[in-house]
Amino acid sequence: MQKLTKDDVHPKIVQALLGADVHITVDDALENEMILNMGPQHPATHGVLRLLLRLDGETVVACVPELGYLHRGYEKMAENMTYLEFVPHTDRLDYISPPANNVAYALAVEKLAGITAPPRAQYIRMLLAELARMCSHLVAIGALAMDVGALTVFLWGLREREKILDFFDAICGARFTTSYTRIGGVASDVTSDALKNIIAFINQFEEKFDEMERLLNGNRIFIERLEGVGVIGKDDAIDLGFTGPNLRGSGVEFDLRRATPYLFYNEMDFNIPVYTEGDCLARYFVRSDELRESAKIVRQVIDKIPNGEVMLNSPKKALPRKTEIYTKMEELIHDFMIVNHGINPPVGEVYHAVENPKGELGFYLVSKGEGQPWRMKIRSPSFANLQAIPLMVKGHMISDVVAIVGSIDPIMGEADK
Amino acid sequence: MKELLTEKLTKQFPEITFEVIEQFGELTLKFDKSEIVHVCTFLKAEESLKFNFCEDVTAIDWAVRKNRFTVVYHIFSMENKFRLCLKVDVDESECTVESVSSIWKSANWAEREAYDMFGITFLHHPDLRRMYMPEEFDYHPLRKEYPLMGIPGAIPLPKK
Repeated sequence: MQKLTKDDVHPKIVQALLGADVHITVDDALENEMILNMGPQHPATHGVLRLLLRLDGETVVACVPELGYLHRGYEKMAENMTYLEFVPHTDRLDYISPPANNVAYALAVEKLAGITAPPRAQYIRMLLAELARMCSHLVAIGALAMDVGALTVFLWGLREREKILDFFDAICGARFTTSYTRIGGVASDVTSDALKNIIAFINQFEEKFDEMERLLNGNRIFIERLEGVGVIGKDDAIDLGFTGPNLRGSGVEFDLRRATPYLFYNEMDFNIPVYTEGDCLARYFVRSDELRESAKIVRQVIDKIPNGEVMLNSPKKALPRKTEIYTKMEELIHDFMIVNHGINPPVGEVYHAVENPKGELGFYLVSKGEGQPWRMKIRSPSFANLQAIPLMVKGHMISDVVAIVGSIDPIMGEADK
Repeated sequence: MKELLTEKLTKQFPEITFEVIEQFGELTLKFDKSEIVHVCTFLKAEESLKFNFCEDVTAIDWAVRKNRFTVVYHIFSMENKFRLCLKVDVDESECTVESVSSIWKSANWAEREAYDMFGITFLHHPDLRRMYMPEEFDYHPLRKEYPLMGIPGAIPLPKK
């Protein structure tokens, strides 16, 4: 954090920060008013989020978030590559839970192309999406605890997450950048060994997570730092575009897995945890409850997973099997056409949203019948969630800003696209 | 839901022609851009519809002379669990549309992003700044004429 002079801040930002009705200038501010720059390089802002804070003493009077430090122009890039080529880039959106993004993207393209993946592939997708949710919430809870000073939980959470990453390694071949889904299925089948290991992990997970929770729920400092901080009401939360655990922490029972069921979520038995307080503590409780629900879904998925193909047999839309490409002429041609020219979905537009760990991740695809999308828009949950920060931090201390950012759990990779 | 929606809208706005498009199980309404605020206010306030959640505001560049841009709104009714897409055409010569951020606050940043990427001005927006690109940047990167590799020297380097 450094104190800024007028030249460092763009006049438009200063204007937004000061508001039209207040007449102070940055150079000769009131004795106890100052403008503080937090980020983009700050350990508590979870990436490259920049917050400009206008302070009265230590109290935040106004806040302007500045985004774009991780803007890579994925929407522009998507217009210049085939639908299949974009899958690896979805890993880099919400980089804490890559498989969930892969699944969201594949579902959107499949809806546009008018195909459906085989049941086994869909179950595998559900399995990975839920494991990714557990990953993400473990990091979110750990990082929130670390932000308010409890380091142990972060380390314990990462230890559990490491086990999940090992499953990603076993299933997808990569721990982090999984790129696992294909249009019309998934890249490879899951072995029964991997499923057995996941069940073993889930069996010991609840006990491990209870231990973690005991560190936090009985921790007076942790509770007092979060309780009543960053309160956002039900109506404000909906109005500001909150989704995911943040919205459910404000007392709105809304989950896209239930509201607009996709994959086989309507066959799964799980609860949607809702807390009505709307403060940082409620958001933490929602995440820890969701971890348990996800573990429940993983168990059911492994119970119910059917046998069969993991890739759709549709020569013009889905990639053929590798063994057939090497031996059969037709398959070789189809593979060549799909890789080089794309799958050419029909002319039209589609918006498909799924419940990602952070909230509603939607892909809006506009096709002109070509191999590349004409336009792709990523509706990222972190982007919308961050919008509430100015409202939430108003009147709190600087140290509370850290807790509020941690409880929103933004990932700048998807907020900046 | 589709019947209810079209019935309510035609009753409320007899003078507006709504083009109803239905594809992939999604409903899209296309109408003139001058009516966007009235229609959105009605859709949010009407008891039986209650589109209380604005998911996204974005734009499409069609790279044609007439009606070059289309501004797209995705709104969701949490009560009816129904998603609706609204579309208005915006011409390049008059590249403006009324802001809906007074109706849904979540449209604020989404409109800033559309302004940043396409150069569409949202009238009566409370704080229309660029979302991602630096304020000194002269171009709108998601327009089709902007090259993929970027324009050399378009972004000033930070001062030493």
